Amino acid sequence: MIREEEPQELHPMDWWLRSERLPHIWCAGCGIGPTLYAWTRALDRVGIDKKKVVYVSGIGCCGRGSGYLDVDGFHTTHGRAIPFAVGIKLVKPELCVSVISGDGDLFSIGGNHFIHAARRNVDLLVICTNNFIYGMTGGQLAATTPQRDYSTTTPYGNTEPAFNTPYLADASGAVYVARWTSIHVRLLERSIAEALGMKGFRYIEVLSPCPVNYGRRNRLREVDDIAKWFWEFSVVKHEADTKEVQIERGKPLILGNFVKKEKKLSCYEELKELEERVRAAAEAKK
Amino acid sequence: MAAILGASWAGAKSMTATSGPGLSLMMENFGLGVMMEVPTVVVDIQRGGPSTGLPTLTAQGDVMQARWGSHGHYEIIALAPDSPQEAFDLTIRCFNLAEKYRVPVILLASETVGLSAGKVVVPPEDEIKLIDRKKPTVPPGEYLPYRPDEDLIPPMASAGEGYAICATGLTHDEKGYPETNAETQEKLVRRLNDKIRVHLEEIVDVEEEHLEDAEIAVVSYGQVSRPAKRAVKMARDEGIKAGSIKLITVWPFAEHVIRKWAKQVEWFIVPELNYGQIYLEVRREACGDSKVVPIPRMGGRLITPQEIYQEIKKVSKN
Ligand SMILES: Cc1ncc(C[n+]2csc(CCOP(=O)(O)OP(=O)(O)O)c2C)c(N)n1
Ligand code: SF4
Ligand SMILES: [Mg+2]
Repeated sequence: MIREEEPQELHPMDWWLRSERLPHIWCAGCGIGPTLYAWTRALDRVGIDKKKVVYVSGIGCCGRGSGYLDVDGFHTTHGRAIPFAVGIKLVKPELCVSVISGDGDLFSIGGNHFIHAARRNVDLLVICTNNFIYGMTGGQLAATTPQRDYSTTTPYGNTEPAFNTPYLADASGAVYVARWTSIHVRLLERSIAEALGMKGFRYIEVLSPCPVNYGRRNRLREVDDIAKWFWEFSVVKHEADTKEVQIERGKPLILGNFVKKEKKLSCYEELKELEERVRAAAEAKK
Repeated sequence: MAAILGASWAGAKSMTATSGPGLSLMMENFGLGVMMEVPTVVVDIQRGGPSTGLPTLTAQGDVMQARWGSHGHYEIIALAPDSPQEAFDLTIRCFNLAEKYRVPVILLASETVGLSAGKVVVPPEDEIKLIDRKKPTVPPGEYLPYRPDEDLIPPMASAGEGYAICATGLTHDEKGYPETNAETQEKLVRRLNDKIRVHLEEIVDVEEEHLEDAEIAVVSYGQVSRPAKRAVKMARDEGIKAGSIKLITVWPFAEHVIRKWAKQVEWFIVPELNYGQIYLEVRREACGDSKVVPIPRMGGRLITPQEIYQEIKKVSKN
């Protein structure tokens, strides 16, 4: 249910939570919670009517998020959050629809939907909590696991190159592309707020610690080791060339708001315009 | 498939159309539609399979996939049209059933229907009976998205109406919250099945012809009904007591109809463009009261009235 009045606060963001569902399933040190915190703060900052907020997720640890927030939430199937959100958006373009899901969900099984939604410039905000791994199922290799890192399915090290997801989004046509980490909560919040204020396909990658299934196998044993890595290695470089922001262990982690561009219409709006024109022409002929 | 589920949650009547390979791909989200109870329509223009099979020659091989294609135990509704006119009429009925029972409904057509041209009468809009899903009548604070009414079907809010819908493919309680335990599973999955089962007679539609004194009944569906009915007529002209049962609703299966006629007829003949799918259902429901013979064809071409007539003649002599 959507509460009409702001309740006595238990947590600054309690207003956005289905607090009856707490405790949540996430581990200590996980980056998914802070990401949602930044998202809700950004929604408050932009002042979006809570009734118009829709949260679509796929499957995974991050996918569970849509069930904890007091908005219309859809926990769909693995990799299919984006097409589900496209369906909602086609029918009710006035809704503020965010897809928040994991890296495996958005880029391994769901990669095709991501590139095509970006190419079509669908009016969606897509946030990926990239923990470099399939968290929920026990730390298997993802399309985002850095080369030479370890996972349960690559016990001798990963030989596959990883996706550079901001570059992928940029190349596919996203109008907004940024990368932050879940420890840069304020900067992330500001970036989400900026994206919420725009139209079109917007993508934010949030590097997100999974101490349990990624850190443990990658010499980041303590709960805050990944956070320390993020803190020590991150370099903010707004408008960086997305080609240059590939994540490599031991190299700087480039963060920032990389792409912000205007594109007139999403293909669906253009289709609507076209339909009106064709109809008008047909009418004129009569 | 995911997009039509999203569109339906946003309040629209949504549909998609495909053939075998597409249906296979859609099956995971079809199950999501069943679990989230989403009204939507999927048209399957069946072609020969397995795999890429016979693009795009006719078949009826997807009957069991329509029934059981997604994992888990569930009930669905599928209607089979025999002509372009019926494709039009039954698509409307598919939407009505989907909206009423909150379930994805399949229009199980075949290439012969999907790619044939025929006269279609489109009635005036106000003569078309349309059913819309039940909407919640209580304010958001009191709404439980998965609390069913007496008919076992819960009212459905749309995104953006302020109800803070919580929908998931996980086993869930009446609030829509994940509750992955045996009790919730038992209650939810039973209801998902029962909401169709208890309305079986209301949902099922069959066309019965010449059955009053029939000793042989031809059970058919979709395009094969046309040669089947012709064959029955040919047999009647020869004085053979044959009748026809055309299944408009393929799923849920018209079990009460078969059971009823099994008490009277000696033979059921089941022509279909597969190796015997509805044949097995008929045999199951005939329970040994009557004998059942299939006329199985793997697809690629139609079954002719003569072929069915020959079979009628053959059994009539036994
Ligand atoms: C079609 C399908 N394949 C596999 C799974 C099993 N599965 C559940 S979660 C998951 C990986 C999730 O990884 P990610 O999207 O990165 O989310 P995280 O748990 O890391 O937040 C997989 C493979 C599934 N649910 N559905
Ligand atoms: S397994 Fe990893 S991603 Fe999942 S909740 Fe735990 S820390 Fe977070
Ligand atoms: Mg992950």
